[in-house]
Amino acid sequence: MAHAHPRTPGQEAGNAAVRERAVQHASRRAGPEPAPRRTRAWRLLTPWLFLLAPLALLITFTYAPIANMVAYSFTDWDGVSPELHYTGAENYAEIFTREDLFQVFWVSGYYLAASVIQIVAALYFATILSFSVRFRNFFKGVLFFPSLVNGVAIGFVFLYFFQDGGTLDTVLGLFGHHTDHAWLGTPVSANVSLAGVSVWRYLGMNFVLFLGAIQSVPAELYEAAELDGAARWHQFRHIILPGIRPVLTLTVILSVSGSLSAFEIPYIMTGGATGTETFVIQTVKLAFQFNKTGLASAAAVVLLLIILLVTWVQRRLVPDDRVDLV
Amino acid sequence: MTRRAVARALVYLSLIGATLVVLLPLGVVLLTSLKTERETADGSGALTLPRHPFNFHNYVTAFRDGGMLTAFGNTAVILVVSVGGTVLIGSMTAYAIDRFTFRFRRLVVALFLVAALVPGVTTQVATFQIVHSLGMFDTRWAPIALYTGTDIVSIYIFLQFVRSIPLSLDEAARLDGANAFTIYRKIIFPLLKPAIATVVIVKGIAVYNDFYIPFLYMPSQDLGVISTSLFRFKGPYSAHWETISAGAVLVILPTLIVFLALQKYIYNGFMRGATR
Repeated sequence: MAHAHPRTPGQEAGNAAVRERAVQHASRRAGPEPAPRRTRAWRLLTPWLFLLAPLALLITFTYAPIANMVAYSFTDWDGVSPELHYTGAENYAEIFTREDLFQVFWVSGYYLAASVIQIVAALYFATILSFSVRFRNFFKGVLFFPSLVNGVAIGFVFLYFFQDGGTLDTVLGLFGHHTDHAWLGTPVSANVSLAGVSVWRYLGMNFVLFLGAIQSVPAELYEAAELDGAARWHQFRHIILPGIRPVLTLTVILSVSGSLSAFEIPYIMTGGATGTETFVIQTVKLAFQFNKTGLASAAAVVLLLIILLVTWVQRRLVPDDRVDLV
Repeated sequence: MTRRAVARALVYLSLIGATLVVLLPLGVVLLTSLKTERETADGSGALTLPRHPFNFHNYVTAFRDGGMLTAFGNTAVILVVSVGGTVLIGSMTAYAIDRFTFRFRRLVVALFLVAALVPGVTTQVATFQIVHSLGMFDTRWAPIALYTGTDIVSIYIFLQFVRSIPLSLDEAARLDGANAFTIYRKIIFPLLKPAIATVVIVKGIAVYNDFYIPFLYMPSQDLGVISTSLFRFKGPYSAHWETISAGAVLVILPTLIVFLALQKYIYNGFMRGATR
């Protein structure tokens, strides 16, 4: 029979212990074990019985693919044939030198720019809706709802929106601006439109995160500021912004990796046509349409490394970032 | 007007503006779904009202010809199994990690932590080969295994809750002769109800809306889930906006109903799910 480890009273009582990160938690509790009672084998085995399925799944679907992917990335494998040749760093050289392959990074720029707008807007709405506003719950619901909607449905909604004579043209017509614009027709306009859809879709998610963070700032701080006669802007600048910094930095990382791995909306709406191909669309096409598993793997490794790098830089810049609101 | 009043007016103006931006595209699709083929083609514009507001003809077409019944069925099966699996896997992992001291415990924790940094989309090329070699390609097992096996977020959510359950409960049960499995089943699991609700909501919505995994792993027509079945509308109905709109509304409607019914829990769930 297994024995749980006794907790120190401080750990038991302190709310901080509950919020402790798993790793720190682990290191703190690696003390001596109380005396075993029944068979030692059972005691050693019990935790592993609970971890058997989770670990098997974790290794099969996360670690094995990463290892394989790195291995494939140095080969010319097509994903089907039993034959594969080791080609060294050739695939990597191809990604960084072939202009049409590298192009997808510029497309991410549109999504990155969009996420700046998205974060600022989400921050604005979260701030005003955390103070008393009429119909507050209605506005909260409306802003958040798009993040729950199916991506394919959103794709279709906006295909119609940007259609010739669709919603956007009709609305502009109401304001006397009669256009016959093919919104998805040129690379710049198409990418701007798609990035706009991405703002529409994900703003609510950032908004809810910010809202939660702002609400976790102690109310006394606002009251004190109010008494001191601080204006809204000062309250925002000196109370809200520092209070939600961890969530803000987390959002920034998620936005960078999200911009690099944009897939659903552009794939559904344009299929990557007119210069809207993103990194993931390209990888999916390379792997599953053109059977270039080796090259696609190298592309995926590059994407993974960039995302890990961004995360690492962020952790260095903001070392003590404890992002749990629970 | 005072400066304060102007500021207030601007705040409401921005909120109304945002509401319009969110609701207009959705509202127009609802209007379009109620129009006839001739109405959408006659150039009267997207904002005109349908002549017969109770014309559900397009919904019948979308539901029947678009195979939406099968799609909802497949989605339901995958949803129930993978959400159930996630709850079980997540809670077991959290229990084992929090309540036991064993060799390689720190390694196990680190494995789960590092996995959280790897976005699923990046490893899909290689994951595909593994799913294929396990014979799960083009079966419902592929998405089920992938949804169940890679959900680190739910493990974190469970871990937070397991930690808040006092150890004295375990000890009392142990004195009564309960073993680790009984403690997990009779004490820990029932006390995890709020965490389970959070995971069910966050995971359920993610599975319902996912496109990438079913699109890659279940190409067969009869294995379509709502995302992929709706996506197939693009070819045959490409000129029929009234049918496509009806399909989109059919897919969005359940989300709207669930959202309105469970609003409070959904907000909380997403705050928890997304930050950890």
